Amino acid sequence: MKILVAVKRVIDYNVQVRVKEDGTGVVTDNVKMSTNPPDDNAVEEAVKIKESGKANEIVAVTVGEDKAQETVRKALAVGADRGIHIKVDGIVEPLAVSKILHKIVDKEKPDLVFMGKQAIDDDCNQTGQMLAAFLNWPQATFASKIEVKEKSLEVTREVDEGLETIEVNVPAIVTCDLRLNEPRYASLPNIMKAKKKPIEQINSSDLGIDTKPRIEQIKVEEPPKRKAGIKVASVEELVQKLKNEAKVI
Amino acid sequence: MSVLLIAEHNNKEVKPFTFNAITAASQIDQDLHVLVIGNKCDEVAKSISQVPNVKKVIHIDNEIYENFLAETFTSLIVKHAEKYSNIVCSANTFGKNLMPRVAALLDTSQVSDIIKVITPDTFLRPIYAGNAFATVKSLDTKKCITIRPTSFDPAATSGGSAEIVKADSGEATSLTKFIKKEEVKSDRPELGTARVVISGGRGMQSGENFKLITAIADKLNAAIGASRAAVDAGYITNDHQVGQTGKVVVPDLYIAVGISGAIQHLAGMKESKIIVAINKDGEAPIFSVADYGLEADLFEALPKFLEELNKLNTIQK
Repeated sequence: MKILVAVKRVIDYNVQVRVKEDGTGVVTDNVKMSTNPPDDNAVEEAVKIKESGKANEIVAVTVGEDKAQETVRKALAVGADRGIHIKVDGIVEPLAVSKILHKIVDKEKPDLVFMGKQAIDDDCNQTGQMLAAFLNWPQATFASKIEVKEKSLEVTREVDEGLETIEVNVPAIVTCDLRLNEPRYASLPNIMKAKKKPIEQINSSDLGIDTKPRIEQIKVEEPPKRKAGIKVASVEELVQKLKNEAKVI
Repeated sequence: MSVLLIAEHNNKEVKPFTFNAITAASQIDQDLHVLVIGNKCDEVAKSISQVPNVKKVIHIDNEIYENFLAETFTSLIVKHAEKYSNIVCSANTFGKNLMPRVAALLDTSQVSDIIKVITPDTFLRPIYAGNAFATVKSLDTKKCITIRPTSFDPAATSGGSAEIVKADSGEATSLTKFIKKEEVKSDRPELGTARVVISGGRGMQSGENFKLITAIADKLNAAIGASRAAVDAGYITNDHQVGQTGKVVVPDLYIAVGISGAIQHLAGMKESKIIVAINKDGEAPIFSVADYGLEADLFEALPKFLEELNKLNTIQK
């Protein structure tokens, strides 16, 4: 089996994001960037499946500017075999990303495509489902457990009511939840080895996909700030405040 | 030009957030039609027809829709979408799973998780876990939108009498098979709609210790939430998780116990009306959003809190 894993470069999850003063976006200069966290889970799961002998090749793919390659390099360092970088500058919406990935799937013919359930920058939660639509493949979104069977996957999904289990025929798209696994760290020797693994470069324009945004970002602003609160000295004071001041109990 | 809302339900009852979605959808366009797809869900179609904002209910009933698979819903929605300018659904796991599949086939760039309708094509939505708000304008002629239910009031549920039209079902799928759903049954209020929520974090140290939280939840008729750390550690099941990748809650009172307040957790609760934080680390970021902070050991504070609550003559329910 061949697994394609899509990864995205985003502002690191630990960074306190700041809005630019001119309202055009958020500050990204000199800000730590890393792989979108659930994409790390997607890579990890692919590597685990390969280690179990049920997959023979993992291809990591990213869509973005030059530096997006770092995320592919990281995937190579934890076990992906080769990489693909589709170069696009500026904002690429999930619709365009999924059209690009559709082209890559046509070319690479993977049995499975894994990615994170949502990117923590735009919080869209769309790309996997859109790709599944274009391919007319089944989709197993928000996966917290994957069992590989003969020609299908049994996937446990995290849904609002609890857990749902579905069986999807291969080929399939899986979008991964953070609880799917514990992503490993790359060892130094593997980081060195990853530098020798190939990353194919493709320009999005060569794929014939129009990546022009269909959503105009008019402005980005700070959310309303909460008024600073107070510290109470005791449980008694807390209960009194809740009862008499906030009037919520 | 009218709007088509996809109702979320369980074949018996309308899920409460559908009513919030109805409010948002009718702000986009008054001419609101609701698509009810399910199996033996006549009662659902009937309930929705009684919502005054709804002008028409399209009801499609077939056993292939029993488990709400995106693979069976999509072609049907795409077919009906032809006559509408906007397709809308709530941004919970049902809508998040379904809507992008529909949007792709309509060649529309979906606007996810809106918290405000500014004009019929311009919306406010949180990005970066709610650390920024983006005003966005959809340039597509046909728009697919998911709405954050907690940002809109629920629509009135009675007084209307919209026409219910039956429509044909589509094809079954062989791609995906539903196996089971493990629902956590509880008599407590639902996390998403509860007036009071009390959540525990890693500081709870074990699942067993959540009984301290449960006791207070019982007293306050509260829903129980948790941080991702507490769910990851196995203290409590995933349906309790509040945060960027869990649920968003906006109760009148949110009590965070033993939760440090990572950005990702704050994303799910910082719009709550009153926030209380109980944490022994006075520097914990949760205190920066708390109206009332109590720096204390939760194992001493929670039993005391319950004792004080018990002393009150009346408690709002």
